[in-house]
Amino acid sequence: MEKVKTAIIGPGNIGSDLMYKIMRSEYLEMSHMVGIVESEGIRRARKLGFETTTEGVEAILDIDEIKIVFDATGAKAHAVHAPLLRKAGKIAIDMTPAAVGPYAVPCVNLESLSNEMNFNMVTCGGQATVPIAYAINQAADSEYTEIISCISSKSAGPGTRANIDEFTETTARALELVGGADKGKAIIILNPAEPPLMMTNTIHSLVRNPDERKIQESVRKMVEKVREYVPGYKLRTPPMIDGNRVTVIVEVEGAGDFLPKYSGNLDIINAAAIEVAEKIARERLQN
Amino acid sequence: MKDRIRIVDTTMRDGSHAMSHSFTREQVRKIAAGLDEAGVDIIEISHGDGLAGSSINYGFSGTEEMELIEEAASVIEHARLGALLLPGIGTIADLKEAHRRGVRAVRIATHVTEADVSLQHIKAAKDMGMFTAGFLMMVHMAEPKQILEQAKLFEDAGVDYVNLADSAGHLLPEEVRARVGLLTEKLSVPVGFHAHNNLGLAAANSLAAVEAGASYIDGTCRGLGAGAGNCQIEVLAALLERKGCQTGINLDKLLQTAEEAVEPIMLRPQTIDTDSLMLGYSGVYSSFLLHARRGAERFGLRTGDILKELGRRGMVGGQEDMILDVAYQLSSSLKS
Repeated sequence: MEKVKTAIIGPGNIGSDLMYKIMRSEYLEMSHMVGIVESEGIRRARKLGFETTTEGVEAILDIDEIKIVFDATGAKAHAVHAPLLRKAGKIAIDMTPAAVGPYAVPCVNLESLSNEMNFNMVTCGGQATVPIAYAINQAADSEYTEIISCISSKSAGPGTRANIDEFTETTARALELVGGADKGKAIIILNPAEPPLMMTNTIHSLVRNPDERKIQESVRKMVEKVREYVPGYKLRTPPMIDGNRVTVIVEVEGAGDFLPKYSGNLDIINAAAIEVAEKIARERLQN
Repeated sequence: MKDRIRIVDTTMRDGSHAMSHSFTREQVRKIAAGLDEAGVDIIEISHGDGLAGSSINYGFSGTEEMELIEEAASVIEHARLGALLLPGIGTIADLKEAHRRGVRAVRIATHVTEADVSLQHIKAAKDMGMFTAGFLMMVHMAEPKQILEQAKLFEDAGVDYVNLADSAGHLLPEEVRARVGLLTEKLSVPVGFHAHNNLGLAAANSLAAVEAGASYIDGTCRGLGAGAGNCQIEVLAALLERKGCQTGINLDKLLQTAEEAVEPIMLRPQTIDTDSLMLGYSGVYSSFLLHARRGAERFGLRTGDILKELGRRGMVGGQEDMILDVAYQLSSSLKS
């Protein structure tokens, strides 16, 4: 079957895991792994038989077959890459907090994002919590939604650590813009326990219509939708309702493609990115 | 020359936990003015969980913390007004706002093994010209050597001192000495210590820290703070004077502040009850206490059982949300 060719910029943990996810995609084909220096990630891609370059994004701009490019570098680098990719007619899936394009949370707003050239994948915590925030808001109208994401220290890379404010600020905005809360707040905690803990996410919301049955139903349906692309996503507690306050706790176990299973945080943002890319690919293949 | 020990008051920050984050402008005005007159070096104020801690998870502030900061700043003449910031909760934007309202010192706090998440905040604070400390929480969860590695990250980032917090009130005096001693020996910046009284050792551990070379010690009026509270600042000042340390504190003024500005507004006596003892014994973050009590009440459980399970799971500061998770799991297993 015909597939759409993709490239990955940034051969780190995120980039390498994306590569493995693309390898098992029905619609996507891994073409180039792009770095700026020789690295373990570049060698890994080469060993698997993929094209590699250490010449940066410039090296793939003229390759017409590459239609979709995942950018797993950093926010500053993506700000430079984004206009170049757009000019070259390539769709960018932005794994960084640069937010050049709109936030994409597949089970919530992907349908409404047609004809975009740049998709921002929010944050790992955003991908894990915005769907629930949205489900609560749909059922109960959220005035305020707050999330607490806890990830294991081992799965927090240097990028996250150096820019932790970007996590809280971007996630909070996505809770409002995509999740539908009037006001959003995000908290992230790193836990060094050994063996590493699975990613847990708590979603608290203050709502106007605390109709328990509607909330339970809406959240349950949403969890099923997320599980379609993140099989390790599950409720740790069903919605707990106390007056106008709703609390839901979800856990994310990673698929273990390249990263360990406790890296559910990295798995969910990557799985969401693949979901976006596959939708684009399906549309291209149909036309 | 006698040792100069700098006393840091955190009544209006750690004490905020015990007040369920309900300090008013008027209370803050009185406490800040009293502490300033008593000669305290740094007066810390913010939500108990640091700037922007006001939340469902940690409790909403009754009065917005920026207003309280402004109020405190308006009465302080000598002391530095300080704030706490936990990366992951508060941001540089919050720090800038606090600075604009009069905060001149900040302590950037991380879990004892996660100092590198604070480097951007330390740089931002230094760029604003603030007196800046790196603050490691839950220091009972790491060995001295590992703590030193983390403290060095702070030192390289340019902090003015490194503070160790026994956030669970779990440490014995010899464990405090081992930690503080290694750091004072190996670091070029001063070292500080923050105690909790869950096992009745807040004052003893603070003295142990001083003996091991610490030069900044935290305290709160009447010990007001999370869990069984902090080192009682009046006791600390008296002990340090007896020990022959120089603190610059006017003990009478400090006693007067504790008695007149703090004691009358306390919601409950700051004692070591069963639950707070359990925090210290199990090594659990002190501010979990009141949240665990509410969880226990809601799910018909014993607070101590929730705290023990949190300790077993290795929960760190800020994971108050896991109290609900534990309570839900415990009550489900009781039903099944």
